Amino acid sequence: MPETALTEAEIEKLEGICAKYAGQKGSVIAVLQELESSFGYVAEKAVNFVADKMEMPRSHFYGVATFYAQFHFKPRGRNIITACSGTACHVKGSDRLIDNMVREFGLPEGEDTSADMRFTLEKVNCVGACSIAPVIIINKEVHGKMTTDKLNKEIKKLKGGQ
Amino acid sequence: MITLTIDGKKTQVVGGATVLEAARKLGVYIPTLCQHPKLTPFGGCRLCIVEVKGVPRPLASCTTPAAEGMEVTTSTPQLEGLRKTVLELILSDHPDDCMTCEKAGNCTLQELAYSYGMRENRFRGERRTYAKRDANPFIERDLEKCILCGRCVKVCKEVQGVSAIDFAYRGFQAKISTPFEHDLNCEFCGQCVSVCPTGALTGKGWAKKGRQVEVNEVDTVCGYCGVGCNLTLNVKGNEIARVTSREDTWNEGWLCVKGRFGYKFVNSPDRLTTPLIKKDGKFVEAGWDEALQYATDRLMEIKGKYGPDAIGGLSSARCTNEENYLFQKIIRAGFGTNNVDHCARL
Amino acid sequence: MMAMNLEIKVCMGTGGMAAGGEGVLKAFEAELKHNGLEAGFGKCSSGKVGCRGFCARDVLVDVIVDGQKTTYQYIKPEMVSRIVKEHIMEGRPVAEWEVKEDYHIFHDKQIKVVLHDCGEIDPEDIGAYIERGGYEAAKKVLSELGPADVIELVKKSGLRGRGGAGFPTGVKWEAARKSPGDVKYIICNADEGDPGAFMDRSVIEGNPHSVIEGMIIAAYSVGASNGYVYIRAEYPLAVERLRIALDAARQKNLLGKNILGSGLDFDIKVKLGAGAFVCGEETALIASIEGERGMPRAKPPFPVASGLWGKPTVINNVETLANIPCIIRKGAEWFASLGTEKSRGTKVFALTGKVKNTGLIEIPMGIPLRDIVFEIGGGIENGKKYKAVQTGGPSGGCIPEDCLDVKIDYESLMQLGAIVGSGGMIVLDEDDCMVNVARYFLNFTQSESCGKCVPCRVGTKRLLEILDRITKGEGREGDIELLEKLSQDIKLTSLCGLGQTAPNPVLSTLKYFRHEYEAHIRDRKCPAKACRALITFSISEALCKGCGACMRACPAGAITGEKKQPHKLNQALCIKCGSCFDVCKFKAVVKE
Repeated sequence: MPETALTEAEIEKLEGICAKYAGQKGSVIAVLQELESSFGYVAEKAVNFVADKMEMPRSHFYGVATFYAQFHFKPRGRNIITACSGTACHVKGSDRLIDNMVREFGLPEGEDTSADMRFTLEKVNCVGACSIAPVIIINKEVHGKMTTDKLNKEIKKLKGGQ
Repeated sequence: MITLTIDGKKTQVVGGATVLEAARKLGVYIPTLCQHPKLTPFGGCRLCIVEVKGVPRPLASCTTPAAEGMEVTTSTPQLEGLRKTVLELILSDHPDDCMTCEKAGNCTLQELAYSYGMRENRFRGERRTYAKRDANPFIERDLEKCILCGRCVKVCKEVQGVSAIDFAYRGFQAKISTPFEHDLNCEFCGQCVSVCPTGALTGKGWAKKGRQVEVNEVDTVCGYCGVGCNLTLNVKGNEIARVTSREDTWNEGWLCVKGRFGYKFVNSPDRLTTPLIKKDGKFVEAGWDEALQYATDRLMEIKGKYGPDAIGGLSSARCTNEENYLFQKIIRAGFGTNNVDHCARL
Repeated sequence: MMAMNLEIKVCMGTGGMAAGGEGVLKAFEAELKHNGLEAGFGKCSSGKVGCRGFCARDVLVDVIVDGQKTTYQYIKPEMVSRIVKEHIMEGRPVAEWEVKEDYHIFHDKQIKVVLHDCGEIDPEDIGAYIERGGYEAAKKVLSELGPADVIELVKKSGLRGRGGAGFPTGVKWEAARKSPGDVKYIICNADEGDPGAFMDRSVIEGNPHSVIEGMIIAAYSVGASNGYVYIRAEYPLAVERLRIALDAARQKNLLGKNILGSGLDFDIKVKLGAGAFVCGEETALIASIEGERGMPRAKPPFPVASGLWGKPTVINNVETLANIPCIIRKGAEWFASLGTEKSRGTKVFALTGKVKNTGLIEIPMGIPLRDIVFEIGGGIENGKKYKAVQTGGPSGGCIPEDCLDVKIDYESLMQLGAIVGSGGMIVLDEDDCMVNVARYFLNFTQSESCGKCVPCRVGTKRLLEILDRITKGEGREGDIELLEKLSQDIKLTSLCGLGQTAPNPVLSTLKYFRHEYEAHIRDRKCPAKACRALITFSISEALCKGCGACMRACPAGAITGEKKQPHKLNQALCIKCGSCFDVCKFKAVVKE
């Protein structure tokens, strides 16, 4: 899907970001973090705008953005469910929870966002809440000692709420 | 100066030199893939590992600064075994297609595989595959053959100042990429092609034009502009298969898109091969004597009729310095006018 | 009203918040107000505290009436009114909700230095930290000691880096101090990436000022005027509390220009990580702060000589820095008296996995692993058999039952092929397949490899492929030897610590659990019955009561059957998720 051109409001926002980091060494990651939070993902048109404005290679922004797990290149779902796959969660069965969600959300093979843009399932390495493993974060709220039953109830709530 | 010992031989290098540079100075061979003398060290291929007395693990000689009193060993059965493993790992993620590869016979990776006698591969497994072919007009980018040595990224940034490409992704998925993986859109200087140690980067026009053993290397000077870069024409039969440039020349092997890729005109059927004289509004082929005589006569006639300042000379940047010198000489001394200029000033 | 003073402390680290700590605190505030109790006390406070370690029991609440502390566990908002009524108003603590003996056993073997104030003070209140002696160490250093004296003191304490490698902190500081240059940096490494480790998160959530104070002292000793905390973005609560703490410290001139009139200029910036494990490696961390891809570079030169922007840089881990104020306050001798000869002081571990009591613990170096698992941890949960403890995360190894008496210190664990690492300690039981554990870690390191050097980029991939086929029952003769050889070669040839240690989980499981590998390869069996490809589920007709629980739990519709009739499992549809096995109350689902 080709991206649409930047709107005036978006340009204003991007100029603000550029101004904020102008002349600061090593700000590429911070700029990308701003793009991710403003657009919900790292939009190509936004990267091109800031890279050109800041007189830095676009390839560098792309290289940095693809290195870090935090950055996404496609719009994400309205509900973001984060499954911890740290060691403690792994030995406590996080895989099963993840498989369950892939089925529940109907995620296409290799995709992390459902076709209807309702759910994005992401795996993170360790959220550091291992003593309440397995941990699932639903729209930024941490849920510990998760079970398939509890999870399905939460998913039902999300589905009902839409 | 720093004094160190490599394989029992003492040598001196300036502060800041690496162990690899010291070894090269001594003429000691250490295999490398990612290191390039004109680019900053990378330390990624791990083939140049050496043992340093007092250090428990092997060190990459390309990134280790030479230090006073250092005792370095460049080859032991253990080191060679480790190099072989590393090479085997590289080859386990590399297409086995030397038979058809453009770079065969001129490929550092192939040379190393040959000298280490790589036949079996214990680590055969998943290989990176990329379906999409970069549609740019000049540079063939076969990323499946890329070993992530980073030379192309460095040359583009450090030498050319363009940074059209960079590393993207990480781990096994790491690749060299343009922004958002579009087709390469740069100056197409091909510096990246010249430093690539494998068949990952070649010229699009090179395909099936001839292996390195078949070509005749003819050194010449680029005729596109007055900079005068040294070119080496790789000629097969009477056709240019590709253009390269030697690193030991003043332009250090670097070229621009015209010098490197703009050689098709040489064998073009449209090229003029005899002088033409316009007769009755049409160009007609003529001999050299006839053409020169005609030009001389007409110029002398104009000079006699209107004076020398009626004549002006404009020379081309594609002429060499020597040719340009001779040209201004004939205009000034021969015709007696200072009306002489050069297209590069315009 | 008899009581004069009342204090309520609600645990609100990430664990406490997840269990509903915020609701509990609000309930207390509402109840106190509702009953008009606040006015009745000379001093009445209710507030949040950071993690006290025992997150598995959250929400934990301390109710302190005139200095008499009662700790409640598993508290939910709806339980609050009864506590307020019976305990606070009527003076009868609710005994059934109080913590039991095991709570005390969990804490008794611990010695809290770094965690001393975590769980006791409000981390968002600088006053609470100062009240307990906070920033005294910094004041003492700035007014009484020279930089060299401080370094001498830290060296004498024997403190070693708590991030994993165990490099002597004082020596590192000294090297940076001696490096020529006007501009130097102190970086606090809070990129706690090891899965199964959350010490740094808890320290910053529970007592961020201890880290800031440690950084001020480090800056003074090294001669740095700029500091960074490189912290994971996955720790939003820690980031927020750190920012609050930094602002508070600036307001009190503990950061900024001419700190407390000492002439020291020092400030700290927060840099958020963006999700790359390799950035815990110091040269990659530096690259990341510089806004680059977090690809490590070769050492030497070491960061103390040429680090951030090419300037001398000290990188210390959170826990290391949090130890510094205590060492200054209580003396190097006191610190050195804890622990063992080569590993001084205490170490914080994140004890998790198949153990009854999971949480954050701080123990003196040198106590046996057995005490940690079976006393502090209370032994294996669900009556299962101990199999191993995995320490050091993806760089570490597994410690089998025979070695349970190993003393926890840098050298002893190293000898076993494990490492102290940053402090993750994951207990595994008989249900855990060790080949699968190795595969899990290799999958992790492989996806976190930066891709710069060949052995790590391709080598870990090949290790993972071999482990993959073994766990799928497709292992080949010679795979074990190949794993060993490749592991050793990767360790020797990789560029950075990630690659150099990535094969450790393979080597250590091969060392102690080789028979499990052999069973997978030769007998096509997973002894722990964990590898999906090698197990089958079936329903025992004799035991099945036909309750239908398994049928409802099965996500694949593989189970059919009439009510009160033995159910049947269709192998062709079974995805081997184990849901039926988990829900069956009659042990009628058989796993083979």
